[in-house]
Amino acid sequence: MIGDLRRPRFCGARSVAVVVIGAGHAGLAMSRHLQRCAIDHVVLERGEIANAWRHERWDSLRLLTPNWQCRLPGFRYAGPDPDAFMTMPEVIDFLCAYATHVSAPVRTGTTVSSVRPAPGGYHVITDQGEWRCRAVVMASGAFNLPLVPALADAIPARINTLTPRAYRGPDQLEEGGVLVVGASATGLQLAQEIHRSGRPVTLAVGEHVRMPRLYRGLDIQWWMAAAGILDQRYDEVDDLERARRVPSPQLIGSPGRSTLDLNALTAEGVGLVGRVVGLRDGVLQFSGSLRAHCASADLKLGRLLDTIDEWARTTGRWESPGTADRLSPTRVAARPPLSLDLKAGAVRTILWATGYRPDYAWLHVPAFDRKGRLRHDGGVVAVPGLYVLGLPFLRRRKSSFIHGCGDDVRDLGDHLLNYLGGARRRPARGSPPRSEALEATATV
Amino acid sequence: MYAETMQVNNGVNVAALLGAREALVQTPEAARFTWRASCNWVNGTHSRATVEGYHGLGGEQQHKTRFTFDADHPEVFASEDNGPTPVEYVLVGLAGCLTAGIAAVAQNRQIQLHSVTASLEGDMDIQGILGMDSDVRNGFDDVRITFEIDADASRDEIEALVAQSQKRSAVYDILTNPTNVSVRVK
Repeated sequence: MIGDLRRPRFCGARSVAVVVIGAGHAGLAMSRHLQRCAIDHVVLERGEIANAWRHERWDSLRLLTPNWQCRLPGFRYAGPDPDAFMTMPEVIDFLCAYATHVSAPVRTGTTVSSVRPAPGGYHVITDQGEWRCRAVVMASGAFNLPLVPALADAIPARINTLTPRAYRGPDQLEEGGVLVVGASATGLQLAQEIHRSGRPVTLAVGEHVRMPRLYRGLDIQWWMAAAGILDQRYDEVDDLERARRVPSPQLIGSPGRSTLDLNALTAEGVGLVGRVVGLRDGVLQFSGSLRAHCASADLKLGRLLDTIDEWARTTGRWESPGTADRLSPTRVAARPPLSLDLKAGAVRTILWATGYRPDYAWLHVPAFDRKGRLRHDGGVVAVPGLYVLGLPFLRRRKSSFIHGCGDDVRDLGDHLLNYLGGARRRPARGSPPRSEALEATATV
Repeated sequence: MYAETMQVNNGVNVAALLGAREALVQTPEAARFTWRASCNWVNGTHSRATVEGYHGLGGEQQHKTRFTFDADHPEVFASEDNGPTPVEYVLVGLAGCLTAGIAAVAQNRQIQLHSVTASLEGDMDIQGILGMDSDVRNGFDDVRITFEIDADASRDEIEALVAQSQKRSAVYDILTNPTNVSVRVK
């Protein structure tokens, strides 16, 4: 029954209905969905399962979401500590267990070098051979290539520069001062860790999202999930483009469930400066907008907690919500420095925690906008038969989180099934994976 | 109900602004504007600047009126005080920009404004411009603005208006971030 989905073989390319690119949580969840719909597919993975978690993250990193929230379709954390946060080895174990659980047809060590349209679908070229398929699901993640400002190229050579992808721990840095650029989750966590290692940190702060770890005794993620904020859909927000660019919240997953905000860092002695905006004669220039950015983040946090309070009040969660749990306003020095002379020697290292972008260098389809961003409607890419998963606010506010991909996989899986014309083959929800699918994938 | 039929009107055509934004998505090159001013020396520290034409939306544009601005220095600088000092014009520009932003954002958020009053202060150590101390910069070392806003909104909503206005303000950006400036002689 799978044969009619295949294209004729030629040029030595293997045929399969769907190629899934990436064996992270999203690719594995999509693989499970396809198996349950008896869709012949393969999951191509450049490295190993959970590759980015293995090789592209720092040693002390833990997930920003608590264990109870670590769930994937048909699978969830069942350990003894639902309120803790997984370390990287634990995330890797979790995803490997999921791959085994869903019997995903993963081909590891297979790097995709080209995807381009071909008659009846797509032609996928890898370093382990070629594939013909009718549809492609890109689950290769949103955080492939570090984004650094253009002026990074002009930083004097005597200054060490690196990105979080190359950072493992403070000991790899030279002794001396460190400028951490970027105040999202990554920037704050690394600023704290590096400062505690005895390397004085200055943190350059632009637009950011402030968030307490706990609110009224419960994890902020619990409140946001319960109040429906994480489920907010991409077609319900006023300015989707902006919603997709919102930086990751200032959260840390630590054993003590502590809040990590700018006040916590300045209390430890980290210095705050504005956004990096220029470099002239070896002098870095910072924006004078630090106070505005902090005030704006404080206001937005206030509105988030107001929304949560309102939800709690209308659902009877408590009678009279006070404001006792509110964080105090962000403290900013009267006149934060506007420049840093890199020739002076106080700062030896610059860490660009300025975000990531997805890598689509291998994707040859006419689906990019004038700024090189992939055009898609909730993951349905602007060319038929091509889908993307796991991007920020792809279909919901939670889309880029592990627990957020289940609903997206279901929606996009249904769309994909219709595209393949295979809706009639769809087994009833909840039925076990069909063995034909497993056999088919085993024989391609 | 009377209250339900009241329309928020701050005199800002938000629909036109949002329409322009939508149209510019298709033609981003039309979003490139060039603003111009010309200036003639009058006498002493007195000069007179003129603003009339500018380039934008793909073509030459004209203000309805030709505006002129006298700039001078006060008598404590041994000048004739024929107009505000140039740095005061900077404060005027900042106030105008943020106030316009507040009105537009309030309109978009359906908040009726009754009054918006801004007080501005810019600190400067004139040892810089007098060349007395090379460690002192010429320009402002601190700029402060205080808004008093009467509107049908909570304090948090009013603070959010002011925050959003800063986020979208050209003059705030010009003052807080470096800009390449080239000066040449013809």
